[in-house]
Amino acid sequence: MHDLPDQLTNGLALGALYGLIAIGYTMVYGIVQLINFAHGEIFMIGGFGALTAYLWLPDGTGLTLALPLMLLLGVVCATLVAVGAERFAYRPLRGGPRLSPLITAIGLSLALQQAVWAFYPDAKKARPFPQFQGGDFDLGFVTLSREDLFIFIAAPVCMIALALFVAKTRTGRAMQATSQDPDTAKLMGINTDRIIVLAFAIGGAFAAIAAVAQGFKTGEVQFRMGFIAGLKAFTAAVLGGIGNIYGAMIGGLVLGVAEAMAIAYVGDIPGMEQFGGGSWKDVWAFILLILVLLLRPQGLLGERLADRA
Amino acid sequence: MPLLEVEGLRVAYGKIEAVKGISFGVEAGEVVTLIGTNGAGKTTTLRTLSGLLKPLAGKITFDGQVLNGVPAHKIVAMGLAHSPEGRRIFPRLSIEENLALGAFLRKDTAAVDGDLQRVYELFPILSERRAQAAGTLSGGEQQMLAMGRALMSRPKLLMLDEPSMGLSPIMMQKIMSTIAELKAGGTTILLVEQNAQAALSLADHGHVMEIGRISLSGTGQELMHDESVRKAYLGED
Ligand SMILES: Nc1ncnc2c1ncn2[C@@H]1O[C@H](COP(=O)(O)OP(=O)(O)OP(=O)(O)O)[C@@H](O)[C@H]1O
Ligand SMILES: [Mg+2]
Repeated sequence: MHDLPDQLTNGLALGALYGLIAIGYTMVYGIVQLINFAHGEIFMIGGFGALTAYLWLPDGTGLTLALPLMLLLGVVCATLVAVGAERFAYRPLRGGPRLSPLITAIGLSLALQQAVWAFYPDAKKARPFPQFQGGDFDLGFVTLSREDLFIFIAAPVCMIALALFVAKTRTGRAMQATSQDPDTAKLMGINTDRIIVLAFAIGGAFAAIAAVAQGFKTGEVQFRMGFIAGLKAFTAAVLGGIGNIYGAMIGGLVLGVAEAMAIAYVGDIPGMEQFGGGSWKDVWAFILLILVLLLRPQGLLGERLADRA
Repeated sequence: MPLLEVEGLRVAYGKIEAVKGISFGVEAGEVVTLIGTNGAGKTTTLRTLSGLLKPLAGKITFDGQVLNGVPAHKIVAMGLAHSPEGRRIFPRLSIEENLALGAFLRKDTAAVDGDLQRVYELFPILSERRAQAAGTLSGGEQQMLAMGRALMSRPKLLMLDEPSMGLSPIMMQKIMSTIAELKAGGTTILLVEQNAQAALSLADHGHVMEIGRISLSGTGQELMHDESVRKAYLGED
């Protein structure tokens, strides 16, 4: 397991997953300068949505058949919750003190956790998530699990679709304009409220896809899974430069790889034996965040605030 | 019935009333200017006309329709374009993308292409730099872009907020002669300016704003020869 290519693969898969979630933080922040701290719960809802779809299907349905339906229901649930959060929790507070949406997010997170718990009374214990059948692919230099393959397909597809959407479509251009100068965007005839809803919706959809990926990877979903995943993805977004969608993905990949490397190799460093292994991984992630905030607060791809008109 | 009619408009930021009951009109085809010192309430007035600020009181009628309560993003579709103070171009979008956003709501693509060519003819420098990020333009070029962007909606009324602000004398000349050119072409313009001399010489009508009120109104020529205006705004004793 200490084989470098395998560790890298592992880190990249984890990182792509963080990156997908981080898109939600970064898009919303880029447009309304709001950190949606309930985004982790939206991710969790996506996971439970997907699980629900699977449970609806007859026993023994293969994943190839079930996967589209799971993705669909996960995305629909997470998107609806994200859009609802914007409409009913954040929009009424827009223009008010900066702290109010933060407090709302905490309340919203708890409410969403409890809501899932109400639907799945044993969600606390972790619900088993369906698994791919069949073994890993041996590519010679590296072995690739089916779960990781799923992420390696899903993340680039999402990223490329988003990049094309933002750069090439009329609505995408409106989105960029709104993020650069919302008042002036209104003067162009852009309904900025709709753009904000769209940012929440895309973030929710990507988070749901990430939740399915994590379900495959860990074999379970549980109602508190959004907390750590959300924190990591937020770290990734800040790492990459919050507000920048490419930064979110790159921040995710850097974080994932750093985490995988630390788990695999820190314990091999003389004198650091007790810090090796998985139990310290969150610590390494947050040390990385603190270092970035100290050395390059705008993030890897972020512009200095002075550059933002 | 004038194209734009403002009656008893009052606008406040919290408890501070920035516009304290002003009335004026703009007839189709004319250039009307609002001049006045810093903080008089000129920008506040334009932002309220565009729907970015909600009036405390008063009525705004444009092209036969009441604008009160209409959200900002719907007002441009009614034919009111606004080139804001400080230019406010989208810095990380290209010049061409900025211009395209000016025509965001238009469906008549062929006519939009025609208008784009017209803007490029008006400001050839924009045509040369069309693929460049707008944030890299000089102040004067950004002003041209802001004006061009506003023109791209093919407005019935073009509102310009201090187009000459911070520009070199040569650039200011260029912008002012463009405004004259637009006027000659029949564009209706509401021009806010600190450069009273230039604005009044172009304007059919002018209004002097002082701390939220209109203190004096007249034709451009009248105001230019008015004793108090000459003292306060044209730098004469
Ligand atoms: N966002 C704001 N919040 C509070 N007060 C404001 C705001 N914007 C403007 N004001 C105040 O409203 C008054 C009018 O400002 P406004 O910008 O309309 O003046 P102006 O005539 O455009 O001035 P200038 O020539 O300097 O651009 C000023 O006293 C200003 O301080
Ligand atoms: Mg002003």
